[in-house]
Amino acid sequence: MAELKNEQFNELEQFIDSMSSTKGELIRVLHKAQEIFGYLPKEVQKFVAKKLHVSTAKVFGVVSFYSFFTMTPRGEHNIAICLGTACYVRGAEKVLDAFKRELNINTGETTKDGKFSITGVRCVGACGLAPVVMVGEKVYGRVTPDMVKDILEEYKD
Amino acid sequence: MSNYSMHILVCGGTGCKSANSDKIIENLEKHLAAQNMTDQVQILKTGCFGFCEKGPIVKILPDNTFYVQVQPEDAQELIEEHIVKGRKVERLLYEDPETNKRISDSQKMDFYKKQIRIALRNCGVIDPDNLDEYIARDGYQAIGKVLTSMTPKEVIEVIKASGLRGRGGGGFPTGLKWQFASQYQNDVKYVVCNADEGDPGAFMDRSILEGDPHSVVEAMTICGYAIGASNGRVYIRAEYPLAIKRLQKAIDDAREYGLLGNDILGSGFNFDIKLTYGAGAFVCGEETSLIHSMEGERGEPTTKPPFPAESGFWGKPTNVNNVETFANVPVIILKGSDWFTKIGTEKSKGTKVFALAGAINNVGLIEVPMGTTLREVIYDIGGGIKGGKKFKAVQTGGPSGGCLTEKDLDTPIDFDNLLAKGSMMGSGGMIVMSEDDCMVAMAKFYLEFSVEESCGKCTPCRVGTRRLLEILELITSGKGKMEHIDELKRLCRVIKDTALCGLGQAAPNPVLSTLEAFEDEYIAHIVDKRCPAGQCKDLLKYYILPDKCIGCTACTRVCPTQAITGERKKPHVIDVEKCIKCGACIEKCRFGAIVKK
Amino acid sequence: MAKIKSLDELIKIRDQQRSKVDLREKGENIDKLIHVKVAMATCGIASGARETMNYIIEEVDRQGLENVVVTQTGCMGYCYAEPTIEVTLPGKEPTVFGYVDEAKAKEIIDKYIKEGELVDGIIPSTHKTIE
Repeated sequence: MAELKNEQFNELEQFIDSMSSTKGELIRVLHKAQEIFGYLPKEVQKFVAKKLHVSTAKVFGVVSFYSFFTMTPRGEHNIAICLGTACYVRGAEKVLDAFKRELNINTGETTKDGKFSITGVRCVGACGLAPVVMVGEKVYGRVTPDMVKDILEEYKD
Repeated sequence: MSNYSMHILVCGGTGCKSANSDKIIENLEKHLAAQNMTDQVQILKTGCFGFCEKGPIVKILPDNTFYVQVQPEDAQELIEEHIVKGRKVERLLYEDPETNKRISDSQKMDFYKKQIRIALRNCGVIDPDNLDEYIARDGYQAIGKVLTSMTPKEVIEVIKASGLRGRGGGGFPTGLKWQFASQYQNDVKYVVCNADEGDPGAFMDRSILEGDPHSVVEAMTICGYAIGASNGRVYIRAEYPLAIKRLQKAIDDAREYGLLGNDILGSGFNFDIKLTYGAGAFVCGEETSLIHSMEGERGEPTTKPPFPAESGFWGKPTNVNNVETFANVPVIILKGSDWFTKIGTEKSKGTKVFALAGAINNVGLIEVPMGTTLREVIYDIGGGIKGGKKFKAVQTGGPSGGCLTEKDLDTPIDFDNLLAKGSMMGSGGMIVMSEDDCMVAMAKFYLEFSVEESCGKCTPCRVGTRRLLEILELITSGKGKMEHIDELKRLCRVIKDTALCGLGQAAPNPVLSTLEAFEDEYIAHIVDKRCPAGQCKDLLKYYILPDKCIGCTACTRVCPTQAITGERKKPHVIDVEKCIKCGACIEKCRFGAIVKK
Repeated sequence: MAKIKSLDELIKIRDQQRSKVDLREKGENIDKLIHVKVAMATCGIASGARETMNYIIEEVDRQGLENVVVTQTGCMGYCYAEPTIEVTLPGKEPTVFGYVDEAKAKEIIDKYIKEGELVDGIIPSTHKTIE
């Protein structure tokens, strides 16, 4: 698991302190925190709660409500498979199955070596290229199950 | 420069391809060569003309002659008559169904263009990062007109008279909404743009923000003037980084030009816009949820009244409209409500943008007048069903909508007709399904979505949708009973009547509408333990047809579980125990030897 | 840019921009100006529109085609044929090409832009846009 570093907390603290008012800004702060840490573990949620003078329960309530926020660290390369309707109709499920099989993990999990994780996303808005897979920022369009091995190969080593 | 004096454009769109366009080109080339004219006339293959019902299309330049339903054997006549002698081939010209006259000039044939772009008027035309280009296309003229020559009341009257209805899904009259918001007095009021496009398979709002962000900035300013608000907020999905970047630049540029900020165009009116990021929750498309999310809370809905117009963001009067609704506003102000009401149907004015996707050839973003039929959208604009398959249904309205079937193909699309058919306009996702798509699995797909997105506040939605999903899972895995159908129907009714917000009330729609049109598919799953579309994995087995298999071993190499065995050059066999039904072998087999049933 | 202080000023700027929008840095060459627009929305970029645009800019530069302006624009709606570009030759109707990768871009530059000779892959306009 990635270590939480002091300088990361300092960066978040500076961001919060630079706001003129923190009223209603919880989600914005959490966006920033996830950008810094990569995910939102308990320690970070507690830190945010303390800084914004709200209960940890409230922070957890918001984090668990929105699908954009994650409480587990993602792999070095996160594989986001679009499960929007257009991709579904064009066979996204088979592609997802192929990734799960190749990496031997489930959706929302990370491989033991921390290299890959799989998440399902709702529509990245590139329906013309369905089914769509994103590895990090890179978008792969018209993916078929037999392309899966080659895609993973690009990120090994 | 080019030596060619004439061009023959042949439609090579996927719809026309199945109708022989390659053969037509081949024949045209042959006859052109026979006339020794290959260096004077160029033959080109183009994309789809969008008139597939009459395809294949052949167009001749420079005289713009438009031939329809051209067959390969017509090539000789086209070359010898039109190209060599300059005489048009009458019988291949389009016949106007009303006058029975043949029309030769495609300039006069614009009516075949089913799309009219209003909301998308600048998308793909201007550079979205360049404010000057927007201004050159009458950008900010509408806010100029409003601030210098109209009272807020007059602005609201124009929007009311235009009949513009909310494009985010509900179809509530926009002018009326503005009027409500204008009636509540407060020193702080808000204009909110809902850019939380959560419907999977819809991307029209993203396209507008990426292609024409200033139209939204201008429209929000107009709305602010009309309802007496100086604060604008755009609630936008964090998953849309490019849209965020372009919108932020548009806001910054407008501010620099003095088109946002204090004393806009010397009128004394102040308005500014800030962005708020969403974090991925479908329910936030509902306006009360959206407002809670903007306040940094869980995006749970609250009962109305009070409506946001009275008490919205931070308890202040708030008007929420969606991106596409706003994109229509500047045009209506400039061209007037009379112009707008001429487009569309009696109760749904103007156009609607759809994201056309799924089993269709021309996946794309389209904008058609309200009242266009599904048939025109699918066959003329969409180029027909992918792979020449049979049309089965169109799903509109996403997880809150329903499906329309073959019998609805000629129904004019507008808000009320879709509701009457058990679907809804929704934000504009239009997913086309073919005979290969299982409708029970489709309903299950949407229920999975609704279960995941249910915020959990009210019981009918939190528990009810999960229960619906469980029943659908039983049916698709072959454990369904006939009683389940009645149970589904009853549960759907209860959820519809008792859920707190739009998400819950509409969640049963995909089940109800597929049950209505495709009950036989449900029964096939339950009674025959069979999935007619061949999609539900638990009900399928993969087989190799021994007479078609030549033993090439391509399938054994892709099978992830080594379920396929057999000697080289001899028919192979699939071990059904080991087979995980991933379908990789079917895609690899070039001989059609592997089947699922 | 100074702030626009009245509607009259805005109208003046619009009229200037109308005559200038294509002109940009190209000075008096407006009559010979060739405008290339690349559809750069999310799906276009995902299909390689950025690479295509960069390639066109480099190639135009390398060949010294000074009358060609390359700009970005939003979604043209032809998602199935991304990346798409629109080329306008002086005095001609804009022409849209689909599936423009580097090879196609090269062909378009060498044949259509330089010689005025059409190439395969034109996407006919399927809509009317209000003015």
